[in-house]
Amino acid sequence: MNKIEVGAELAPKSFLINRKLLVEYADASGDQNPIHQDEAFAKSVGLPDVIAHGMLTMALAGKYLSDISGSQSVLEFSAKFIKPVVIPADTDVALVISGKVTEVNNGIAKIELLAMCNEVKVLGMAKGVIKI
Amino acid sequence: MLNPDLVGRTFTSADSVTVTKDAIQKFAEVIGETNFEIAPPTFSISITLEQSQSLLQDSGLDWTRVVHGDQKFEIKRPIVAGDVLHCSSTIESARNVAGNEIVTVRSDLNSATELVVSTWSTLVVRA
Repeated sequence: MNKIEVGAELAPKSFLINRKLLVEYADASGDQNPIHQDEAFAKSVGLPDVIAHGMLTMALAGKYLSDISGSQSVLEFSAKFIKPVVIPADTDVALVISGKVTEVNNGIAKIELLAMCNEVKVLGMAKGVIKI
Repeated sequence: MLNPDLVGRTFTSADSVTVTKDAIQKFAEVIGETNFEIAPPTFSISITLEQSQSLLQDSGLDWTRVVHGDQKFEIKRPIVAGDVLHCSSTIESARNVAGNEIVTVRSDLNSATELVVSTWSTLVVRA
């Protein structure tokens, strides 16, 4: 882990998302919306295919934040869902999260996160505030 | 259409949710988290999603047309197994943009009188 100081770029991490993970997240979170599991349903409402829960993408970005100094250190976390993460059948889709430290003050750091999928930014304005 | 009279009103669930170690572990395992002692930062959505939908079921919001626009968490302290939480949901704002309704719902989770987590969800109700 890089030192947490203003301007520091934190090493990227890759998280693999597949259909099985979507079912597991649906069960763990209670979000059983069929657009995240049922290809025919997703297509019937105009989506290209099954898409990941925005909150799963955010949960994985949250894991990236937790990895910096523990889950208990995360004080604030926010993001916009700007592009769907499409998950075709029998495919592992890589979500790559990276971070940059934008502010450090009194043991509190602000981290800007970048979440990319197939070279496309999927979360906007993603940022966390953590105790360090 | 959301009933505009409800903007600013807070609905508090009568029933509490008791957080179990199993629920935390199940959520943690999905994201590869191995610490099951405390809940991951976004775990509270597993409580507030269902609770807020139930609290706001008569609001006129058409949940079948809702797309999640953005999400924010303010975590006063991590949720742990054994927490007994009450959810309060408030429609903080509602506006119409190009025929889509954009609604911000704040949901707070309280343990007795202690605020544990505040969450804000911006929901876009597609025309």
